[in-house]
Amino acid sequence: MNATAYIALWLLLLASATIAVTFGPADISPTEVWTTILHHLGLVPESPVSRLRDAIVWDLRLPRVIAAMGVGAGLALAGAVMQALTRNPLADPYLLGLSSGAALGAVTLVVLGYALFVPVGAFVGSLAALGLALLIAQLLGGATPVRAILAGISISALASAMTSFIIFWSATGDSYREILSWLMGSLSGSGWPDAVLVLVSLVVCAPVMLVSARGLDAFAFGEKSAASLGVDVVRLRWTLLGASALLTGVMVAIGGAIGFVGLVVPHAVRLAVGSRHGRLLPLSMLVGAIFMLWADTLARTVFDPRELPVGIVTALVGAPAFLLILMRFRRVT
Amino acid sequence: MEGLKVARVNISRGGKGIVVDAAFSAPAGKVTGLVGPNGAGKSTLISAIVGLERPEAGSLAFEGADLTAMGRRERAAICAYVEQSASTEERLGVSDVVALGRIPHVSAWTAGLGHDDEAIVAGALEKVGMAEFATRQFNTLSGGEQQRVHIARALAQEPRLLVLDEPTSHLDIRAQLQVLHLLGDLAQAGGTVLLALHDLNLALRFCDWLVVLHAGGVVAEGPPADVLGEDLLAQVYGVRARLIGGPSGPVIVYEGTV
Repeated sequence: MNATAYIALWLLLLASATIAVTFGPADISPTEVWTTILHHLGLVPESPVSRLRDAIVWDLRLPRVIAAMGVGAGLALAGAVMQALTRNPLADPYLLGLSSGAALGAVTLVVLGYALFVPVGAFVGSLAALGLALLIAQLLGGATPVRAILAGISISALASAMTSFIIFWSATGDSYREILSWLMGSLSGSGWPDAVLVLVSLVVCAPVMLVSARGLDAFAFGEKSAASLGVDVVRLRWTLLGASALLTGVMVAIGGAIGFVGLVVPHAVRLAVGSRHGRLLPLSMLVGAIFMLWADTLARTVFDPRELPVGIVTALVGAPAFLLILMRFRRVT
Repeated sequence: MEGLKVARVNISRGGKGIVVDAAFSAPAGKVTGLVGPNGAGKSTLISAIVGLERPEAGSLAFEGADLTAMGRRERAAICAYVEQSASTEERLGVSDVVALGRIPHVSAWTAGLGHDDEAIVAGALEKVGMAEFATRQFNTLSGGEQQRVHIARALAQEPRLLVLDEPTSHLDIRAQLQVLHLLGDLAQAGGTVLLALHDLNLALRFCDWLVVLHAGGVVAEGPPADVLGEDLLAQVYGVRARLIGGPSGPVIVYEGTV
């Protein structure tokens, strides 16, 4: 089943991406999409596609589609890793205060009038929250997962309260809408720099996580059992936490706090193929990418010309879809 | 018979000695029982033997090699550990669980298990009598079946030393007997088996060698029937007991507390 499923999902991803680029106010055919891509890659010297349509494909839609796929893959991967690492089915990539910290950083910059630097604020905010949570856990007597989660909860609550305070006190009109759309998660306005940043963070972090798949398997029966199998539990935990945090930090900076994907995609994949991480992690990435791509495409096209924050769509489409999956597999849960 | 040699091992927590100058041996080809009342330090000593904890002093030697000087994977390829009961929320098949035992032997960079590994996994399930359960979900098994799968996982590590921490405590009597018979077979095949046990009658019946731990130190070591005298039971466990001859060896009858 393995190879076939991978090939099928890759083809589905490629087809979805092509179709997603054709969706939008200007009608563009799949042929035009690929001609434009190949032209920009230097494989088709003379493109018959007009400059305007070329720009719509290459400058507007393609980077956004790539960013969506990358963010979906990254969040699903980070979620699967966090769930395994903490042995907590409710864990998601934002555990340990990452999203609330990012929100505080982003909102602060919006209110101060530096809306352009929101991604920087979000990234710094997320890592600061994580660092603070781990520091507190360490001061409590050693950063065990339980202490880290508890410290993360308190940091998260604090950062959320400060965010709400800032919004309540000083946000007006446009900045209010901007903040709200960021908080719900949105990929609107993603360009090549965003897409490249997402891809680079995946290229850097994902291999570290994928190579640790067997170590994560060993966590199934807890840390003691993992250690007795020769796994360096402490090193693995910090390496993976670092990689997930970095990856999530970038995803939050680009897309805002997009919920649901990192929590639910790994569960759905686990129900279908079981918990072996050698299969679970790469399949979660693929499914996360496809899911996010369609969620974002719906977000930007359904109420055209108005855009929905993609976080609304991921939950609106994802929750019923996940319930269906739960029903389908109810015998085994 | 060389086996495991524990010499003057000390482990303390918060300044309090949990294991104090513990010394004993577990011979190869025999089932060695580690008994003692709650808080005697059995689990801590076992943690040190399997490498979950570093002893502050003392030595742990197996077949002449220093266990504490080995790398994690090297050690895990020699010594396997089975917990009291280990459950999981993960969706894993029985053979997936047993395959975990191949982790110390397989590089992280190879994608799947080789044919040799799969044969070892299948062989381990065969040995514990769980071959027909290979494709079942681990979570759907009974406690005794799960424990046998854990032992198969440990066997898939191809250990020469198998250490178990009260592997029978949560099992019904039939499952207890199955597990203990299985451990006897493994020792017969030349392995060194060390297990912590609560039930002294089972220890009398199934262990070839017995080590009694009391307040962190070893107070007696030897063949079970020689070790478990009425004085020792009074002194270590605080119980009045009589040993009476049964059809398959002596049996302890408890009469009350001291």
